[in-house]
Formats: sequence, structure tokens, C-alpha cells
Amino acid sequence: MKKSVIFGAMTVAGLAAGAAAAGTLEDVKARGKLNCGVTTGLVGFAAPDANGEWEGFDVAVCRAVAAAVLGDGSAVEFVPTTGKTRFTALASGEIDMLARNTTWTFSRDVDLKFTFVGVNYYDGQGFMVPKELGVSSAKDLDGATVCIQTGTTTELNLADFFRANNISYEPVPIETNAEAQQQYLAGACDVYTTDASGLAATRATFEAPGDHALLPEIISKEPLGPLVRHGDDAWGDVVRWTLNALITAEELGVTSANIGEMAANTNNPEVARLLGTEGNLGEMLGLDAGWAKAAIMVGGNYGEVFAKNIGEDTPIGLSRGLNAQWTNGGLIYSPPFR
Amino acid sequence: MSDQSTNSIAFVRTQEVPSMPPPYTAAGPIRWMRENLFATPLNGLLTLVALYFIYAILSGTLPWIANGIWDSPSLAACRDMLDGASGACFAVLTERWHQLLFGFTYPSDIYWRPTLAFVLFFFAAAPVLFFDLPRKLLVFTGLFPFIAFYLIWGGSVFTPLLALVGVLAGYFVYARYVASNFAVGFLGGIISAALVWWLGGFVIPEHEITEGAMRSVPSRDLGGFMLNMMLGVTCVSLSLPIGIALALGRQSDMPFIKYICVVFIEFVRGVPLITLLFVASVMLSYFFPPGSGVDLFIRVVIMITLFASAYIAEVIRGGLAALPKGQYEAADSLGLDYAQSMRLIILPQALKISIPGIVNVSVGLFKDTTLVSVISMFDLVGMIRGPILASTEWNGVYWELFGFAALLFFVTCYGISQYSQWLERRLATDHR
Repeated sequence: MKKSVIFGAMTVAGLAAGAAAAGTLEDVKARGKLNCGVTTGLVGFAAPDANGEWEGFDVAVCRAVAAAVLGDGSAVEFVPTTGKTRFTALASGEIDMLARNTTWTFSRDVDLKFTFVGVNYYDGQGFMVPKELGVSSAKDLDGATVCIQTGTTTELNLADFFRANNISYEPVPIETNAEAQQQYLAGACDVYTTDASGLAATRATFEAPGDHALLPEIISKEPLGPLVRHGDDAWGDVVRWTLNALITAEELGVTSANIGEMAANTNNPEVARLLGTEGNLGEMLGLDAGWAKAAIMVGGNYGEVFAKNIGEDTPIGLSRGLNAQWTNGGLIYSPPFR
Repeated sequence: MSDQSTNSIAFVRTQEVPSMPPPYTAAGPIRWMRENLFATPLNGLLTLVALYFIYAILSGTLPWIANGIWDSPSLAACRDMLDGASGACFAVLTERWHQLLFGFTYPSDIYWRPTLAFVLFFFAAAPVLFFDLPRKLLVFTGLFPFIAFYLIWGGSVFTPLLALVGVLAGYFVYARYVASNFAVGFLGGIISAALVWWLGGFVIPEHEITEGAMRSVPSRDLGGFMLNMMLGVTCVSLSLPIGIALALGRQSDMPFIKYICVVFIEFVRGVPLITLLFVASVMLSYFFPPGSGVDLFIRVVIMITLFASAYIAEVIRGGLAALPKGQYEAADSLGLDYAQSMRLIILPQALKISIPGIVNVSVGLFKDTTLVSVISMFDLVGMIRGPILASTEWNGVYWELFGFAALLFFVTCYGISQYSQWLERRLATDHR
């Protein structure tokens, strides 16, 4: 049984070997499907529901890009990756883009040869402790045992923070957020540290959320965003401007509800350029004129995506905070569509 | 003494006294308890301590299970329904059972296909496991891999058919030449099978024939306990023949073959399985053009099979070493050649000795298939750790899910273990 599959796969490998040189954009169009790397599961950001449909904040970026390029937000092959396999999956070409709450850092951008196309969530590393521990500041954590996910930037930030404050800690390495939750509740560690969004989401699922406190210190900058491989700028532009289109749509008040009306009769030239009724921005990217419109139609603009997946009305209950539009005092800011 | 009259004895019992029941302390449950539970003070103390522990565990878990909620949309709703009482939230099992068994991407309208393959598996395995059954049933065992492939992956019916034709061609060449020379028959069989597949690849245009095609399911969509079963069954059944070959190779007099086998076994045993899995998932994709690599499932099967066969080879080598030298000499003195003596004299005895070891490796291997969750394949444990615990509804349910996983694995592994014990009793010909 296996031999036949090996044989078949080898035939396919031989046939496809010649066709691999083209750019990612052409590959995706030819394939008719976007291969998008996501996490194996993080509450609110990416997880399949009971019917196996992926949903979440990062998933929405994948779907928007698929809609912009292929006109269909469901033409996505979601490739689940772990913290350890995500970068090789992208570098080897198994996936076209990675939207997996990945922190934009110097070494990942430069040394691992990826291009971060933007930031879809500004996060920072925080600490959660049981209230009965009586700790009010992370600087009081001398000698604490800390649950920490391996292979992430949080691990390095933690070491830096404790060294800078000249206090000691004992790490309890763990693999996934789900495991961390259980270890923390079982008392295997005094403190759980990860991105503040993750802490809030985790705390929301506890039986008694009120017994646990988030410490005020945010010890790192964690700009999370989608990334692509170095060296394929045309494809990088497509992903970057799809994300920017979602952000700009919120700024300009274009929602999935009013987009049809806006496209038909707007007198704001930027909205017209964004939605493709004016100018030729889509053509410059190598896409249809209605690319941004399609991307926004899938899950709505940035604000709608945020509210639906991780916003205050969801069980995760994150407030916009740093992720508000720049016009509301946040950091979410898109270059102009011109 | 002879004049002694019979009357001098006052009373002669002519009937047996009806036997009295033994004292209540020496019979029935009390005796059993005295002998087995309270024989000495220390014994009694240990019994009481053990009873306390059993009570403590049951008093915690039984109400938790009995209070279990089987119908609820989310963990939060479960907690509302329990209203502070201790109780399990089995609703996660009733809502997500199909994902636990089949993975979250396998199309739900064709669950019958892997289920049918699973049922057929028992019919295929029966003649191998219970050799009192008629030998003709082995034909179905031989066909099963192709049927199972077609059922689980779907696609064109010609793919498994071509594979079957290749295997048959190989078998006939083997059967034709094996009588004169084992090596010629064996290699000739492999070559002719490969030749048929290669030629068949040209004759059959894979994607153009749609008759007899079922909906195709890519390997990436396999998951859940189905994936564990598939990996376990495939890898164990493939690693047995490879392990035997390696064990024989390691004992060979031909230095080239011997050292290849030694190096292979020692290398694979010296490397953790998880490393091999990472190589399969991460490293190999660099060696193929993007998007056209060999299927991840195949890569993982190859790696686990190599790993298991190295262990099985060592187990069988132990069995070979345990045979008295006289058996080898007896085979030689009958004029049997190497292949015949191994097949008829040595291996049947050596394999019988190795059964516990082989079963041990198989059970371990079956459980090791859960390691594929670290290379983002969604087996049973991967499903639990990833998608289900990361969903907004079920984030925070642990005991129910992992308990279910443990139950499935326990049932399977206990079954394998019971079978092996039966097999040992059945094969016990040495009248010890």
C-alpha cells in the first residue's frame, strides 16, 4: 500500500520540480489555494471549531490575503505549525505566508531571512500570579518558579528581565499554552508568563478568574505580525497591503456591512482608491481592481476582526489598548493608499 | 483377648457423626480475610491503609463521573450547570468525539470509510493472529492493505490496483525462482514489482480516469485516533519483516552485509525517535522542491518503521542467540540450505522465544505514535493539545479529554498484551 504512494509521490515530485521557480504570487494563483501557516491552536488567534473550520484573529489575515489574491476567502489551506516547525515550514516553501502570532525581531527578520510585512497585534509580555501569593510587582518575584513556553521570545525576555533586576528564578519549560495553563493551576509554578493577550485569554477560562492577578509590569515589546520569505518582494507587497487595507478600512469607516454602498457612491478619493473604483492600485500589485474590497468583505475591517475574535464582547475580552487606531491614541497605523 | 465379649464395650458408633460446620473464623469470607488480608498485624495495617487509599480515590472520582454533564455547548455552560458542585464536563467528548477519532479535517460525510477499514482490519488480522482459522483467509489479509488504502485515502481505484498488480508480479517471480535460489527469487521479485509500477505509471494517466474514483482525502487531513491506529498498524507490520532481515543480517558471515546491519541498528537505536520525526518533518522538506515533497505521512511511517525495526532486530537476535547450537547443526545435517534452515528450523523457534519482546516493542511503538503531535500532525494527543484546548468553548478541559485518550490507548494495548499471553500459552510446546 505504501509503495504505491511513494511511487505516486515520486512521479509528482518529478513533474513539479520544473515548475517551482516562479514567484509566490504566481504559484498561489496557479494553485488556486493559499498555503497559510497558523498555530496549532491559540484561543482567539487560531483554532478550528467543531466543524473543522479555522477561525481566529490570525486566521482572518490568511483569509483576507486569499480573498485579495484569489477572490475567495475560503481558498486557504491552513498548515498548523508549532513554535519549532514554523520557520522551517516557511523557509522550505511549504507555506506561502506565516500568520502565527510571531514576534517581529531583528534576528528573525535579518538572520532567518524573513520579511515581516506589518504588525497586526501589539503585544507585550506580562506575568500572572495567584492572588494568594501576595505579589504586587514582578520585581518581588525573587526565587519564583516560572512556567514559560520554550522556543519563544518570551523565554529570552524573561532571562533578560530577571538578570537586569538581579533576581533569580527557576524556569519550568512547557510546550503549549494549554499545558502551561494546567501546570500553573496545578501549582507546578508560581508565575505564568507569556504575552499579555495570552494571559488574559487564559485567565478568562479559569474556574475562578478573580483569584489570579496580572502584574503591572509589561517587560517586552511583542509586535506580532504576518511574515513571508525574503527575496520575493512582489508577494510581500501583496500581504503587506492586504493587512494595510484592513487597517485603512477601519480608519475610513468602511465595514463589511456598508462596503457595497461605499464602493458605489463615495466622494472620499482614498476610499475610492482603496475599493478600486478609482485609480489602478490593484493592477500595480498584480491583482484585480476589487482586491481590497474582497479582502474586507471576508471578515470585515481590522476593527471588526478584532471585535469578533478577541474583543471585549468575546470570552477573551481584550480591550483595544495599543491596538486602537492612531486616531484613537493607539499604534495601528497604515501608510496611505495613494 | 479372644474371650472378650462384645458387650464389654459400652457403645459402638455405627453411624458417622454428622460433621459440624467449621468454626466461623475458619471458613467462608472471614477465613479468607484472615488468611489474605489480616494474617499478621503488619499485613492488617497495610490492608487498612490500602483500603483508605482506594476509598479516597473513589470518593473523589466517582461523584465527579456520576455528576458529569454530557450535554452542554461550552465549558462555561458546564460550570454554570454544575453550579459549584464537583463534576466532569463530558460534553466536550459528545461534541468533539468525531475530531478525537478522525481529526478535524477529515470530511465528516465519509467517516464510514475509515470505520469500514477498521472493521475489515479485524478480519484481515484474524488469520494472522489465530492460526487455527482456515489458511485461505490469508488471501483477504493480503488484499487488505490495498482495500484500506483505497477506503481511507480514496482517489482513483487504479492506484491501489496497480500496486496490487506489482506485488502479484513480484510474488510470482519470487515463487518461480525461489526453489532454485532464494536470492534470485527475492531480488527478482522486488525488481519485477518495481518494473510493473514504473511501467504502470506511464500506462495509467492518474488524474484522467474517474471511474471507480472515490473522493480523495489528502494525508494532511488524517488525524485523531485513526492516525494513531494507522501509524501503529502500518509500522508494526512493516517493521517485523525488516527487523527479522536485520537480525539475520547481523549474524551473517558476509562482512559487508553484517556491518551495514550493525551500523544501521546501532545508529537508529542511538537516536531518539523524536529526532527522527523532526528530520522527517523539517529536514526532508529542504531536499524536495517546494510543495512537492513526499507525503508527510509516508515520511513519518518510514522513520517510525526504521526506528521500530532496529529494536525488533535486537529482540529477534536475542531469540536467535537463545537457540542451542545443535539446532543450527541439525538443520545443516539435514542438507537444508540457509534459507530453508532459517525458514523451517531456526526462525519458528527463535520467533516463539521473542514473542514477549516483540509485543513489548509493538505496544511501546503504538504509544510512541503520539509523538507525531510535536511535528504538528493531529493525532489523538495532538487534537487535544492543539485545536480542542485552543477553542474558545473548551479551553480548560483536561481530565475528561486525557482520560478519554488514556482509555482508548489502554483498551488497545491491553488487548495486544492479552493476545500475546494467549499466543505464548498456545505455542508452549516444551512441556515445562
